[in-house]
Amino acid sequence: MKKAYMGVDIGSISTKGIIIDEDNKILASEYIWTEGDPIGAVKRLISILKGQFNEKKYKVVGVGTTGSARKLIGVILGANIVKNEITAHAIGTLSLYPDVHTIFEIGGQDSKIIIIDHGIVTDYAMNTLCAAGTGSFLSSQSKRLGLEVEEFGEMALRSKNPTNIAARCTVFAESDLVHKAQIGHKKEDIVAGLCKAVVNNYLNNVGKGKKISAPIVFQGGVSKNVGVIKAFEEATGEKIIVDPNSHLMGALGVAILSKKAPEVSFDFNIEDVTFETKGIECKGCANNCERICVYKDGELIDAWGNKCDKGAIKVKAKV
Amino acid sequence: MSKVKVNFPRFGSYNVAVRHIIVNGLGVDYVDAPPITKKTLEIGAKYSPDFVCTPFKYQLGGYIEAIEAGANTLIQVGGACRLNYYGELHEQILKDLGYEVRFVNMANADFSKPLTFYEEFKKIKPSVNLKKITSAVLLAVKMVEVIDKVEDYIRENVGFEVVDGSFEKLHKEFLEDLKEVNDKKELNLIAKLYMSKLKRVETNKPKNPLRVGIVGEYYTIMDEYSNHYMEKELAKKGIIIERWMNVSNSIFHNYVKEIKQSIKNYAKYDMGATSMYTIKKALDYAKDNFDGIIHVKSFGCTPEIDTMPVLERISEDYKIPIIYFSFDTQTSDVGINTRIEAFYDMIMMRKEKKIK
Repeated sequence: MKKAYMGVDIGSISTKGIIIDEDNKILASEYIWTEGDPIGAVKRLISILKGQFNEKKYKVVGVGTTGSARKLIGVILGANIVKNEITAHAIGTLSLYPDVHTIFEIGGQDSKIIIIDHGIVTDYAMNTLCAAGTGSFLSSQSKRLGLEVEEFGEMALRSKNPTNIAARCTVFAESDLVHKAQIGHKKEDIVAGLCKAVVNNYLNNVGKGKKISAPIVFQGGVSKNVGVIKAFEEATGEKIIVDPNSHLMGALGVAILSKKAPEVSFDFNIEDVTFETKGIECKGCANNCERICVYKDGELIDAWGNKCDKGAIKVKAKV
Repeated sequence: MSKVKVNFPRFGSYNVAVRHIIVNGLGVDYVDAPPITKKTLEIGAKYSPDFVCTPFKYQLGGYIEAIEAGANTLIQVGGACRLNYYGELHEQILKDLGYEVRFVNMANADFSKPLTFYEEFKKIKPSVNLKKITSAVLLAVKMVEVIDKVEDYIRENVGFEVVDGSFEKLHKEFLEDLKEVNDKKELNLIAKLYMSKLKRVETNKPKNPLRVGIVGEYYTIMDEYSNHYMEKELAKKGIIIERWMNVSNSIFHNYVKEIKQSIKNYAKYDMGATSMYTIKKALDYAKDNFDGIIHVKSFGCTPEIDTMPVLERISEDYKIPIIYFSFDTQTSDVGINTRIEAFYDMIMMRKEKKIK
């Protein structure tokens, strides 16, 4: 029986899973929508991965989780490592592009930049408070234009004269877009302008003050958009590398990290297990900490969210 | 008017020193606001202008909670930024809300003329005795110095305590005992007692631990609720934390001239408030080979925003990572913890690489 490692990246918009062998070769992978239900998404994800995976030949001995729901899903899957998405993305990308200098990552709700020097993260930034220049901005604008977000990129490439669209803020961008459409700008020019707006916003906010140098790897859901890739190439004057598995880098990174953690024995059969979370307000003081309790088949397996010991919820036995 | 009950906004651990001035110097009652919670911030944000700095909101919420707890005389101080206008605006807002309180605004006093403070204290108690209040203020200054000394030691060691919570427990006891102090002799005893207690707490410090320096805006850096208990989060990861910014260093041991001289390659003009200190200390930490620097401020703090390009230059010149946090009224820790975790991973990896 050979050893295998699973990585799960649960973002606000999509949930990504990967299983690799000891040489980081991908044995199974999947990308599905989170749809506001991380537990349900992970259950679906695991059963899909199970279908792709040869359980006779391999045994999953490491499970890592990353992404904004990493803690919750880490408990549910019994992960041996839970890592933030910045580190996970860096490790995943480095495994494929050891000499990468800059990682652009644009996801559904957030975007980040990671600067790497000789295989070590030396600087990073994440967007703050605002969804401008992220995937959700592009998808809401494509809806407004009556387009599927998937056809967005190709259409942008057809433009010869991209429309200028204010990039600072989604609210401004949206009214700018509406005005330009109404005075007769071509749809493909507007679409190309939006791609440029996302790139400018990214470089002016997340990328501000960062030393951007080649090789540059671009990932996250938005890296599938060829219009944005082209806009990045024009803005940086460098070639932008997009891996065919660019959407899986976080999951890959955390799967690799799980190799170093103490081994676990992962069971794919979580479909029939019910996981429930309950928010319980602590009445200990006026802070009213919202504590999250996680139950597996009715039994409390973990809890968090309290700021002080007064609100601590004791879990009897760790599963 | 009924019995005077004074409140001063919650600020780090210093309220115990303010209390001493009020109770022993003026001889009137002191009311502490309840600890800051989500509710404090909710009330404060509700009645504050949206774009005012966050400390203003915390303090307004705190005043209202203190009034509900019985306070009828509120004190505010001045400063070298928008803080100087806090008092006037707080007073007006509370008045508009219908609270009948007396507001004493120390921003009206002049640091270069100590007697002007005496005039302000007179507003709280007309019969105030100059000698009594002076000696109370002097002792309060000493108290602040002891508090800062104790907390510096804790920051340096709390990440390595063998029994979780040992330092926090001692810190709480220390502040309680400090309330009972009446003179210098008692203060010295308490200081000695707790420094020796702290030094006896068992720690397990590795040979070459990570060191992180924290710089930034006055209130947010010192109020743990405002910065989402950042120092605790860092300590949990086994990091030595250094924070020069405290009341003793910034007000009592002020050495502005030297600071300006030592940062002249990076900043020619004073950008106000804490900006010079932030640059100076970031430069010191960089030169001292710290593993990283964390910059904290409340959203929209102009002096601290002005320091950021300078910090970026320091980061580049000394190859030291700096991470920036801007706090507003958000209460979720998730995004903050993600960034702190990633920062920790980054400085750890850098260190491992250096050692190799």
